[in-house]
Amino acid sequence: MEFNICNKKCLDEAKNLALETLKKNKVRVLICAGTGCVAGGSLEIAAALKEVTTGDKRTEIDLVDDGCDLVSVKTSGCHGFCAMGPLVRIEPMGILYTKVTIDDVDEIVEKTIKKGEIIERLAYHHPSTNEVYPIEKEIPFYKNQNRVGLVNCGVIDPEDILEYIAYDGYQGIAKALTMTSKEVVDVIKDSGLRGRGGGGFPTGLKLQFALNEDREQKYVICNGDEGDPGAFMDRSIMEGDPHKVIEGLMISGYATGANTGYIYVRAEYPLAVKRLKKAIADAEKSGLLGDNILGTDFSFKLLIKEGAGAFVCGEETALMASIEGERGMPKPKPPFPAQKGLWGCPTTINNVETLANVPNIILKGSEWFRSIGTENSPGTKTFAITGDVANTGLIEVPMGLTLREILYEIGGGIRNNKEFKAVQIGGPSGGCLIEEHLDMPLDFDSLTKVGAMIGSGGLVVMDQETCIVEVARFFMEFAQNESCGKCVLCREGTKRMLEILQRIVDGEGTIRDLDSLKDIAYAVKDGSLCGLGKTAPNPVLTTMHYFYDEYLAHVVDKKCPAGICEALKGYSINPEKCKGCSKCARICPVDAISGEIKKSYVIDTDKCIKCGACVEACPFDAVEVG
Amino acid sequence: MSEIIRNDIIINNHSYELNGEENLLKVIRKAGIQLPTFCYHSELSVYGACRMCVVEVEGQGIVASCSTAPRAGMIIKTHTKRLQHIRKMALELLLANHDRECTTCERSGSCKLQDLAEQFGIKEIRFGHRDQYLPIDASSPSLVRDPNKCILCGDCVRMCQEVQGIGVLDFANRGSKVVVTPAFNKNMAEVDCVNCGQCASICPTGALVVKSEREDVWSALQDDTKTVIVQIAPAVRVAIGEEFGGKPGDIELGKLAAALRRLGFGKIFDTSFTADLTVMEETREFLQRFQNNDHIPQFTSCCPAWVKYAEQYHADLLDNLSSCKSPQQMFGSIAKEFYAKQLGIEPKDLIVVSLMPCSAKKFEAKREEFSHDGVQDVDFVLTTHEIAKMIKEAGIIFNELEIESLDMPFGFATGAGVIFGVTGGVAEAALRAAYEMVTNKTLEDVNFKAVRGMKGIKEAIVDLAGTEVKIAVVHGLGNVKELLKKIKAGEVEYHLVEVMACPGGCVGGAGQPFPNDTAAREERAKGIYRVDRMLQIHKSQDNPVINNFYKEHLDELSHEEIHHLLHTNYGNRRRIKAGKICLTGVDVEELSVSVCVGTCCYLGGSYDLLQNLMHVVENDSDLKDRVNIQATFCFENCQGGPTIKVGDEILSKMTVDDTGKIIEMIKAKLGL
Repeated sequence: MEFNICNKKCLDEAKNLALETLKKNKVRVLICAGTGCVAGGSLEIAAALKEVTTGDKRTEIDLVDDGCDLVSVKTSGCHGFCAMGPLVRIEPMGILYTKVTIDDVDEIVEKTIKKGEIIERLAYHHPSTNEVYPIEKEIPFYKNQNRVGLVNCGVIDPEDILEYIAYDGYQGIAKALTMTSKEVVDVIKDSGLRGRGGGGFPTGLKLQFALNEDREQKYVICNGDEGDPGAFMDRSIMEGDPHKVIEGLMISGYATGANTGYIYVRAEYPLAVKRLKKAIADAEKSGLLGDNILGTDFSFKLLIKEGAGAFVCGEETALMASIEGERGMPKPKPPFPAQKGLWGCPTTINNVETLANVPNIILKGSEWFRSIGTENSPGTKTFAITGDVANTGLIEVPMGLTLREILYEIGGGIRNNKEFKAVQIGGPSGGCLIEEHLDMPLDFDSLTKVGAMIGSGGLVVMDQETCIVEVARFFMEFAQNESCGKCVLCREGTKRMLEILQRIVDGEGTIRDLDSLKDIAYAVKDGSLCGLGKTAPNPVLTTMHYFYDEYLAHVVDKKCPAGICEALKGYSINPEKCKGCSKCARICPVDAISGEIKKSYVIDTDKCIKCGACVEACPFDAVEVG
Repeated sequence: MSEIIRNDIIINNHSYELNGEENLLKVIRKAGIQLPTFCYHSELSVYGACRMCVVEVEGQGIVASCSTAPRAGMIIKTHTKRLQHIRKMALELLLANHDRECTTCERSGSCKLQDLAEQFGIKEIRFGHRDQYLPIDASSPSLVRDPNKCILCGDCVRMCQEVQGIGVLDFANRGSKVVVTPAFNKNMAEVDCVNCGQCASICPTGALVVKSEREDVWSALQDDTKTVIVQIAPAVRVAIGEEFGGKPGDIELGKLAAALRRLGFGKIFDTSFTADLTVMEETREFLQRFQNNDHIPQFTSCCPAWVKYAEQYHADLLDNLSSCKSPQQMFGSIAKEFYAKQLGIEPKDLIVVSLMPCSAKKFEAKREEFSHDGVQDVDFVLTTHEIAKMIKEAGIIFNELEIESLDMPFGFATGAGVIFGVTGGVAEAALRAAYEMVTNKTLEDVNFKAVRGMKGIKEAIVDLAGTEVKIAVVHGLGNVKELLKKIKAGEVEYHLVEVMACPGGCVGGAGQPFPNDTAAREERAKGIYRVDRMLQIHKSQDNPVINNFYKEHLDELSHEEIHHLLHTNYGNRRRIKAGKICLTGVDVEELSVSVCVGTCCYLGGSYDLLQNLMHVVENDSDLKDRVNIQATFCFENCQGGPTIKVGDEILSKMTVDDTGKIIEMIKAKLGL
């Protein structure tokens, strides 16, 4: 549908029209088309549902009235409950079906869409209580969330600008345009919004700095170069609610006096790129982007820059270098981007989630925003929970919720009822939290106090069977691979820390290695050029702090308490189980097993090469590893 | 009157006044505290990567002082435990990854890493060695690149990009795999390197060094069948002393001559002599062109790095370059042509060695224009740094030598020949000659001060018998780039342009001793002008040996013979010689053939294929007007490359050998 929104009145009319259209749908089916569900086949499910509910079969099942679809089948952005995907939400009943397959389509149409019946098989079953939750908002995973930034994700069709407009879309910029730039900045300042990308810098101040610069050309940039392993909230927002990102960027453009914006998004997020491109094109077509937006003097142009997938390009100076076509390497600050950013012009860079909060703050006011979260960290935060937790996925909760509430109430506890060991928060830049932190409120300041950081909000949950040294090694390997190689400490320091960690998990570490590791870690943390380097030692330092015994066990006792590190595995024969069949001794390639028939055999650990052949050969499970 | 605001900064509990320094590092160094750096150079942009200059600023934490602007009231500590820990760790980490074969390194003794390791008392490297040894690139006639010694400070990258405006080197890869390399991991001889060696001059370690020819010269000196003579370039005499504890600018020609004789050089001559000869030839050439308004502006051509630069990027201006050989090559020419005869030996048995401040001269000596029947005019080029090493190797105590004089006839030079060693010198020497040639009057004040000094682009207007001659003097190829842009855009007009590739001219060449920074270059320049003042004759046309040489040898030669002897010409080095690579026929029914020259296909040889196809089509009257061959970028068929498209058909994996097949196909499609 072509329409031109040339002023606020047009916008309101479009909103009413969109709402009317939505109301006409008796049943609305939203199939999650986030990357996870798409991988699970959700697009095929959506196509099948569409085919059944429209086309040739429509008269047969009578889903159309007066030429208007009574059932609308739409793909939506990420619903967040990725562990249970593909997800299908059916409104107005608020039903959420989980792990749907293409074979379920006919049943969904026949029973739920036509008759309103619930198919229990497809509803969420609580893993421990086995209770059935057919209604989305009653599922514990959703019940304890407070979706502000993600409010539209999974609810609207991200490729339909009218649906966004129906849910107050572009009302934020419309309101901002009735205010002065300074007033807009003040509202954001008063709201206490802090950057969601990692550092937690007050967004209002950032805007103020750029506004203060008396320059003709300014830029605003949306940082969508999400790269932390296990974090995908920015992707979900860009995929599920692209117009919100655009609107947030427009408002920050208006607030700082910038007429051009860039969205820097990783090329590994093709769906996000596609949806953003469509959203920009639709906004341009309808006049919401371009010259004289909503009949005012404000003009704004938006461009997409696809990043080549370098983690360091999430660092703002490297990101700008990348947009300029240079090698993505950080530069020393100052000058800060607000003074001298993209092509030397004042530039404001904000993360996707930060920008997604902006339209609502303008629309609902700073007081509303401050009513959520804690005093110093108002608002909500999205977290990507992964690892050894029952409900993996994307959640949004008020700042200040405790880790326990997140892990046990929303996350459903540790998977397979194992024991909690630690959480790595903030990805490779963050630190680990342990049992004693479970009741600590999660906000910017309390996390900084314990040497961790929210980062972009990745929560990797680990149970007791996780080797903490291996975790540190994993994150160090990531940091080393993603280091741009510019400054000495990060480039060489992460390399040598990785070598030491590798030695430790290989069973060749020494006590001296532990000292060297700490020595390097502190120098890298203190001396690196950019945030990547300064935070790269965090996983090592926090795990060494909380789990020093485990490090010692690796280097002194040559044991991996979690039983993960291959080189430190010890093989032994349980004399209770051994029947003395000699199969193990016969298969051992290095003659490390000896004994007498019908008596218990033993393994000579000096000779043993830990190939595992005996484990497989033993018919009585008598060979034990650990 | 506004009140005077205190403008102080506290460094290690002492107060210092700020004087508009642009970064903290400068303030701290002014305060007499030597903060070490690898990547900071006032000539280059601030990079902030070596982390050696970190300081603690109260309220701000640890920052790199090179990239932090000073503010009144700042309280700074420069040597706290944390800071020393960072510095020592950075050094230890760098050393761990550095090829620590110091004893055999060209830069042993002048290596910053070695220096600082010693200064910081690094006695043990806890973190092992390099995990991978990369091949050494010795392809260039001038430079050797050893990535195993590179500490990735990026000085060479910025020098080549920012000061020289070329950008031969850059970073590749990520993390610990980062290397500094020419594009596509090519070697230095294959890329646009002009051999100026400024990268080597700024390299803190032995990762980039000037290629040594010492062993060749030793062999020649020890070969009884050879007569070895040496020419000394102007800039060497004011720098050689630095290698023996002297200061930049100390004039040590006499001791150098004595040392060279002890090394076994048969005759010691002066490149300034042929510089005088160059002045004569080049000034006459200029006056002729100037009077006929033919190929003006005339550019000087004595700097081989500039000549290669022009061949690569400004082939349209090559005819504007003076046709004169450089003083080094004029010397080689006349030595092999006349001096060998005079000695009664074959040119091949007369070995001409040059002592040069320059790495590009090594390249120049090997240019094919400058060899005849397989005999090079100049056999070997040694840098100031190299000859100092040879003197040391021979056990000669340089500082105790009595000064000796150079040999006749080619050891006699004027001040005009000597000032070739500094930016502005060639232009000034030419002016001293041109004035008298045009006016027939004696030039009283020989000093043309407007062309002197370290400003990147200098301009002067000189009155030659009522006609204004506009002169520009430019040094540093980055400045050259800028000036040529203006000249081509018609924004500025000159008659004579002196170009030197290195900042400061030859005194700042890559063969000079370390440190080879702006301060040292300025002092050497002063030394050069002191030599000029100390000499009796300041004008090339007054050099009696030159005048005699013309009478004895040159005047009897034909114009062609003189040209062959003292002049040369240069050629376009562009990969794509024509302005466009698109051949468009006028016929409507033409067939379009596109050849991908994207990176992958290019590396697979698609450019050669393109040229082949163009050649065949151009020379085929049937095809000429009916085939539109063009280069395109990426068909996104990189794995199947080189890719070409004939009409609508995509052909994969095409090589030069497939030219015939492709032409057949084109003919078939055209129904021929």
